[in-house]
Amino acid sequence: MTLTLTNIAKTFPGGTKALLPTDLEISKGEIVSLLGPSGCGKSTLLRIIAGLETPDAGAKIVFDGEDVTHQSVETRKIGMVFQSYALFPNMSVRGNIGYGLKMQRLPRAEIDSRVNEVIALCRLDAYADRSITALSGGQRQRVALARAMAPRPRVLLLDEPLSALDAALRGQLRDELALLLRQFGITAIFVTHDQDEAMAIADRVAVMSQGEVAQIGTPEVLYRNPATGFVARFVGDAMPLEGRIEADRLHLRGGVLALPKPADGSEVLVRAEDIRIDPEGPVSARVETVTFLGTHYRIALGGLAEGPLFALHTGLSAPKPGEDVRLSIASEALLILPRGLAA
Amino acid sequence: MKSVTKSIPLIVTLLACAFLLIPIIQSVLAGLTVNYFRGLSSGLTLKWVGQVWELYSGSIFLSIWLALACLVVTLILGVPAAYALARNPGRASRILEEFISLPLAIPGLALALALLQLYGTLQGFRTSWSFILVGHVLYTLPFMVRSVLSVLAAIDLKSLEEGAASLGAGPARRFFDIVVPNALPGILAGALTVVTLSIGEFNLTWMLHTPYLKTLPVGLADSYASMRLEVASAYTLVFFVMIVPLLIAMQWASARAQRIVQ
Repeated sequence: MTLTLTNIAKTFPGGTKALLPTDLEISKGEIVSLLGPSGCGKSTLLRIIAGLETPDAGAKIVFDGEDVTHQSVETRKIGMVFQSYALFPNMSVRGNIGYGLKMQRLPRAEIDSRVNEVIALCRLDAYADRSITALSGGQRQRVALARAMAPRPRVLLLDEPLSALDAALRGQLRDELALLLRQFGITAIFVTHDQDEAMAIADRVAVMSQGEVAQIGTPEVLYRNPATGFVARFVGDAMPLEGRIEADRLHLRGGVLALPKPADGSEVLVRAEDIRIDPEGPVSARVETVTFLGTHYRIALGGLAEGPLFALHTGLSAPKPGEDVRLSIASEALLILPRGLAA
Repeated sequence: MKSVTKSIPLIVTLLACAFLLIPIIQSVLAGLTVNYFRGLSSGLTLKWVGQVWELYSGSIFLSIWLALACLVVTLILGVPAAYALARNPGRASRILEEFISLPLAIPGLALALALLQLYGTLQGFRTSWSFILVGHVLYTLPFMVRSVLSVLAAIDLKSLEEGAASLGAGPARRFFDIVVPNALPGILAGALTVVTLSIGEFNLTWMLHTPYLKTLPVGLADSYASMRLEVASAYTLVFFVMIVPLLIAMQWASARAQRIVQ
């Protein structure tokens, strides 16, 4: 299904603008993630698409050419996975999964066969007749997905579906969910505050901040070409290099870096993995702390620029705290972004 | 020393139990002895129980009928009211909840007087059992609403309903498929409370009843006032037999509902 959102905004009673006018187009079978910190409007946007919130006047929501802006949630034929899962405790796993089909008044035999189909796909065979309260968090999450998918919705909406799980399980279920969504081949919108989750699951990610979409694109585009300082910070934890810019030169406390182009009035950011310890490097810094993390060392650097800076260092050994080191940063790794959008 | 500090609470408890139980046992025995003033030596009999049945079976059936009618009305009014209060938490709901509970704070006598003043002149209504029913519903409704509300407040009702709506369930389906089944422990606890209170209610009923409409407790007062002591005691026995199983069931249902709330 193709989803077209035009001029979607939400002002709460009292005047708080949860969502500024937003346009978004999602093509058939695409998985889009709405990524942002809490309060950025991502859940509000999802709930408006679901029909659980009413947008401000002037909005238009179109599912495959059909205007559903004024349809209620129960007639929109959407599937939704809630943060709390919202499974019905008074029904078994099978009862939960079959509920949407029962609402469609399908014949009993068809309900049974379709429920069995989804149960098999989500590997819930062993739990089909259990009560919801007897399931683990991961199993509940799969039941919630199966329940949303069984009625074959036009679009699947997921609201932080992994956030109720503990960290170890979350990583495993993230990959599983990505795989299942692709098997279903469904158009899906996925709300999360976790960049790893968004990147692992989505075809395209819309980064949201303060009620607006700051940038939308594939994970690679967002990572390599962030449009704003906010996106660079949120996706891949870019750190600002505060200093004085003169044409294509960045004057830092620890030396001068060459920029790929004149950047007066801009902001320069860098990611930890792009800062290299290099005896021939043009800038210097003092090692403050060194944390060994198995695959790499995380080194806190002082004296290079204002604010905290970290370098990600691989290798068999690392400099000691208190040592002075020389650093190099490839000029193409520097992110030069307009200032003032750092929100 | 230790055994003394331990045994004092036990003795106090036993004394308190005896204080409560001895009059009950005495009353029950009085209803079963041939002549109370001659004591147990006069022999045991079921004659008095039989006489209570002959004289007051109408009261017993009226009380059961009233309790069931009261239950039906409190279910129809109370469950949707509790649902509406749970779905719209806020100042207005809190005030409304207090209003529903107001009849608990007002003496039954005052409530009955108000009803009599307002509706006493409506002849057909004044002499009908439904007049007493109105009083019982006023008095028992808060128990139903509170019991259901506490269970509904403990579950994530909003999300559950949104989940059902996203699967295509309209408001009526959501109410009967999701709200009612998940509120069932609260409804059951409320229902048993309503029935027990309705059967035992005296204050209000005594003011509202007519000579042709005597409920169980009103009949009891009547029998103590105008029958021999053995008959009145046998009446108490009948009352016990009816109310004690209800009380036990109520305890069980409330404990069950409480587990959900916690």
